[in-house]
Amino acid sequence: MSQLEIKNLHVSIADKEIVKGLSLTIKGGEVHAIMGPNGTGKSTLSKAIAGHPDYTITSGEVLLDGVSILEKEADERARAGIFLAFQYPSEIPGVSIANFLRAALQARLADGEEIDASGYYKRLYAKMDLLKIDRKFTSRAVNDGFSGGEKKRCEILQMAMLEPKVALMDETDSGLDIDALRIVADGVNTMRSPELGVLLITHYQRLLDYIVPDYVHVMYDGRIVKSGDKTLAHELEAKGYDWIKKELANAKA
Amino acid sequence: MKPPTETDLLPDSAEAAAVENPAVGIDQSAGNFSYNMEYAFDAGTGLSEDTIRYISSVKKEAPWILEFRLKALKKFLSMPMPTHWATKDLENIDFQKIRYYLSQGQKPKRTWDEVPDDIKKTFERLGIPEQERKFLAGVEAQFDSEAAYSNIKEIVSKQGVIFVNSTEGLREHPELFKKFFGKVIPTGDNKFSALNSAVFSGGSFIYVPPGVKVAQPLQAYFRINAENFGQFERTLIIADEGSEVVYMEGCTAPKFSTSTLHSAVVELVALKGAKIQYITVQNWANNVFNLVTKRGIAHEDAEIKWIDCNIGSRLTMKYPGVVLKGERARGEVISIALANDGQHQDTGAKMIHAANNTTSNIVAKSISVGQGRSTYRGVVHIPKHLKGCKNNTECDALLINTNSRTDTYPAISVRGDKNSTQHEASVSKVSEDMIFYMQQRGLTEGQAMSLAVNGFINDLARQFPMEYSVELKRLIDLEMEGSVG
Repeated sequence: MSQLEIKNLHVSIADKEIVKGLSLTIKGGEVHAIMGPNGTGKSTLSKAIAGHPDYTITSGEVLLDGVSILEKEADERARAGIFLAFQYPSEIPGVSIANFLRAALQARLADGEEIDASGYYKRLYAKMDLLKIDRKFTSRAVNDGFSGGEKKRCEILQMAMLEPKVALMDETDSGLDIDALRIVADGVNTMRSPELGVLLITHYQRLLDYIVPDYVHVMYDGRIVKSGDKTLAHELEAKGYDWIKKELANAKA
Repeated sequence: MKPPTETDLLPDSAEAAAVENPAVGIDQSAGNFSYNMEYAFDAGTGLSEDTIRYISSVKKEAPWILEFRLKALKKFLSMPMPTHWATKDLENIDFQKIRYYLSQGQKPKRTWDEVPDDIKKTFERLGIPEQERKFLAGVEAQFDSEAAYSNIKEIVSKQGVIFVNSTEGLREHPELFKKFFGKVIPTGDNKFSALNSAVFSGGSFIYVPPGVKVAQPLQAYFRINAENFGQFERTLIIADEGSEVVYMEGCTAPKFSTSTLHSAVVELVALKGAKIQYITVQNWANNVFNLVTKRGIAHEDAEIKWIDCNIGSRLTMKYPGVVLKGERARGEVISIALANDGQHQDTGAKMIHAANNTTSNIVAKSISVGQGRSTYRGVVHIPKHLKGCKNNTECDALLINTNSRTDTYPAISVRGDKNSTQHEASVSKVSEDMIFYMQQRGLTEGQAMSLAVNGFINDLARQFPMEYSVELKRLIDLEMEGSVG
């Protein structure tokens, strides 16, 4: 069983501190949701863990199965088992989803090892069937001209094929109508297993009706200020974030 | 500037080159090797009338050819370097330091077993005999000035198809040759077509009889082996009425520290209803000046398609063209250029509409890596008196690094109101976000770059024969490996 440990993490973008001492442990099989108002550092957290070059980790530690990943390049982190489902996935014109995934899997093999094409397609089609994705989908260029829902479905398919240890899902629900949201949530639920830890970053409670989390954390001003179970999400939905802000202000005073 | 120190004066050449030009250090292709040859025929270094008389005499040419060559030399010497519009780098070519003719003999062998060992080894390393067995109707393999091997499958020769090198073509089919030779590209078309006309040697001569459709491609492979050498092949392809032929050429040279000149002239004639497809995948070493003139004449209902892929070389200047001479003739140029550090790909297309209802299509994609520079130049000409002519021009440039450069110079002149043209151009950059996205899926930065570039040209690469699109992808992967870090 895998484990991602985030210890007292501080992250800056262009000398501005965004994440200010965040600690969290995600074990295989667990789904953690991080909620919070805009601009509190939720997306920064996920991109910093994934190794985006614009984000500087100034202190703290991120360990995957006890091994620090912070010295690794983004691609090494990915191959080690970190998957980031992007809020705004990039378009890659001219590269089909099938070829892209094949290249991604090929990159995980040792030098000189060649991916078995027929085995690959068999597995790809099995995953697509599981996620109820049309066969024609993978011949399209990655995210090129995709609707919001198609982009997110493409992320979920990649996640299913790459079988990460930890999935960081950044605002996966943004821009989705209710049908698309259900499809994406079904996909994640299908993949839930003791082998996979999930960090769901979301602004709204809505997604958590479909992907029920084991833990809910509230992030505010670069830190986790409150943790609880799924009922915390309902409380936030009913009361809004102002309630948290007030509680914090009172605690400080 | 600091004064030179001892270490500066004693550079480790490989290391120095790696700093100056990161692309130099990578294995550009399997083409970077050479053999020390003893040449039986050598015109020496430098260019004069004597050089030309030597070339003509060893080829035992008819007097009119010598005449043609000498006139061309005069033309060449009288013409200025086209630096008023083209790069000043042309001035770095020293015509007196080049060797104009090197060969082992003028008669190519018909079987690989007869080809001298080192030359045979060269082409085996480049995979030519294997490709010939697998998917080609005929092969000509030129080593420096002359074809070392030239053969055509019996099934094709029985149809009356002629596929020989130009030296043999001139000797054995003078009437046919003379009728079309120099008619598509006159000697004085440009300074380098004049040079080629003076010193040409090798290249293919192809004649396809009326109605014959050559099922498999014919291929020529041009190999430069010698240092300080100039390769000046001359290719003439005549597709008679209703015939069809696909011709492919590949080119490589080893990497020398001195510059090498490759200056070919290629003339295509597609008679009524004929189709010619001409595919080039060049991968010159980055010391090669590649200055080539390519043009075809398409008669009534004929079609000429150039697929032109330029990777490598120091400077390439090449603008394949089609003169649309007969009604309903079609011309097409599909062009891919990749300019890496220290390279300038100055490429494009020319479409000259000279009859009603003719159509032309230009799709050009260029990729600039590091300090590489790519330039698109296009000419489309539709005169006023014509009607029903159509042109479509698309040129897209992809920049990999912030210091990469691209320029576009389209010149489209469409006169009269019974013709139409459309032109689209785009410049895009491989964004950091795109690379991060791909890296997040486990691809290294180099693999991500490669994939982005292959994606950019994917719609064009699909038009290539399979073997060539695989080769193209491999070459791009090699180029992109050195582009990061």
